[in-house]
Amino acid sequence: MTDLTQLGVKAIRDGVASGDFTAREVAEGFNANVAAAQGALNAFIVATPERALEAADKVDADRAAGKPLGKMAGVPIGMKDLFATRGVQTTAASHMLEGFTPEYESTVSAKLWEAGAGMLGKLNLDQFAMGSSNETSHFGNVVNPWRRSGGNAQMAPGGSSGGSSAAVAARLAPAATGTDTGGSIRQPAAFTGITGIKPTYGRCSRWGIVAFASSLDQAGPMARDVTDCAIMLEAMAGFDPKDSTSLDLPVPEWEKHLDADLKGKRVGIPREYRMDGMDADVAESWDRGAQWLKDAGAEVVEISLPHTKYALPAYYIIAPAEASSNLARYDGVRYGLRELPEKANLQDMYAATRAEGFGAEVKRRILIGTYVLSAGFYDAYYTQAQKVRTLIARDFELAFAQCDVILAPTAPTAAFALGEKTDDPLSMYLNDVFAVPASLAGLPAMSVPAGLNRDGLPLGLQIIGRTFDEQGVLNAGLAIEQRAGFTARPDTWW
Amino acid sequence: MSVDRKTVAKIASLARISMSEEELDTMVPELNNILNWVEQLGEVDVSGVEPMTAVIPQRLRLREDEMNADPLTGGGVRDKVLANAPAAEHGFFAVPKVIE
Repeated sequence: MTDLTQLGVKAIRDGVASGDFTAREVAEGFNANVAAAQGALNAFIVATPERALEAADKVDADRAAGKPLGKMAGVPIGMKDLFATRGVQTTAASHMLEGFTPEYESTVSAKLWEAGAGMLGKLNLDQFAMGSSNETSHFGNVVNPWRRSGGNAQMAPGGSSGGSSAAVAARLAPAATGTDTGGSIRQPAAFTGITGIKPTYGRCSRWGIVAFASSLDQAGPMARDVTDCAIMLEAMAGFDPKDSTSLDLPVPEWEKHLDADLKGKRVGIPREYRMDGMDADVAESWDRGAQWLKDAGAEVVEISLPHTKYALPAYYIIAPAEASSNLARYDGVRYGLRELPEKANLQDMYAATRAEGFGAEVKRRILIGTYVLSAGFYDAYYTQAQKVRTLIARDFELAFAQCDVILAPTAPTAAFALGEKTDDPLSMYLNDVFAVPASLAGLPAMSVPAGLNRDGLPLGLQIIGRTFDEQGVLNAGLAIEQRAGFTARPDTWW
Repeated sequence: MSVDRKTVAKIASLARISMSEEELDTMVPELNNILNWVEQLGEVDVSGVEPMTAVIPQRLRLREDEMNADPLTGGGVRDKVLANAPAAEHGFFAVPKVIE
């Protein structure tokens, strides 16, 4: 029998529907992979094999009874541990929420279960989704299944959705949920040779997702290819009255309308993304990507996004400002950790709880956010950043008068080694330089694997689209995917 | 603009995070590094530019004033609300005494 864990979302869904294999067989296969890799990769915070089997059995029973099957029927997935899952610990990879067991289910995860998906477990991430390497997790970092050729240094899986990226790349799950605030789906996808899309802000409900920066946070799928992402995004997206910024729009049939023929489409190459001292392999892969899109029928045009350089500093004001407000809820009263030193009063309890429950990066961002929002500095920092954000969104608006999608690298380099950037928070932040602008403008953006660099590590290409135009992004992604022929796999060393 | 140790201690206290002397020692240069870097935003000409309030212009929706319109956010679930509390007594969240 074929190894079912080599199959992606579409192949599993179709195979289960046509009776080639059962959903239970699929779930058992992935459960075994999850268990076998946990010690080496640390991709999961908790595994929930029984949930995966339970969902699979329901799909098998529904099929036997001739009932209609959902979009994700029989597909077991990993759930980033930022989504509240009823009855299963939800931690945001923090000590603060260790042991927190929600009494409710996030909208996105509930939709996935309704669509017939099952849960393999809760995936590790950077603490409160703050990080680009997964090294800020309270539960230890995830290890990228990829290594440099000939080396055995442990590589970062990217972040914050590093458990998701590692799990999909290592075939521990055919797909996983991610969330993207400033690149947290796209950068880890690029680092592990998988595909991930952040849809337009508001496509997926934020209800039940642990909040980081609410004007930026957006959920999306991470999977092996573009088609699988399209299928899963359909299952995740949709209007939710419980999220005030949820888009009240029907969910398009992205999978059905996938089309890699780009005749009549224009692809913009942003001049400002070609930075001095750019990694040669990344630059080369970008050029190759432009050629592939030309081969697919598109016209390639140079565009300008003049405020690109200011996107990252604006992001590092806006995101921490929102985080400092959102994370004010962790006070040791209603849920999560409580530290109550001897003779402590209420204020002491807050301060002790937050000192103990938050990691260093989270504290750093809360302090920056508190500072830029404080009296006397608010206008100089926060208002200025929000104005720059308007200019960045306007840059894209003007650019999209000249092109339909934008092609850029996903990250400035391939995966770096664990520990390489932990001493310098700023150098870590710079990793999101190409990802953050689309986040600030709320645009759909995806990363697709484009090849390997000279060290044998995957590189990703990013496609950014107009507001609501996930289809255009997916189609261009498909055109790259078909031409990149990315079949490389990490050696199974774990 | 750079922050000194006293300012960082003040911010930490505003943010209700207690910090040891050693933590303050590392935090001061780290914050200054980041703040010096975001300083470059000052060079952007933003005259006549409105600060962004929403990436997708939307009107805030109103809903019917009905308590259990959505059971997930409705009422009557006191025990569920308290289920994850570090301390709950008599159907309330419990905190250290605040009134002498």
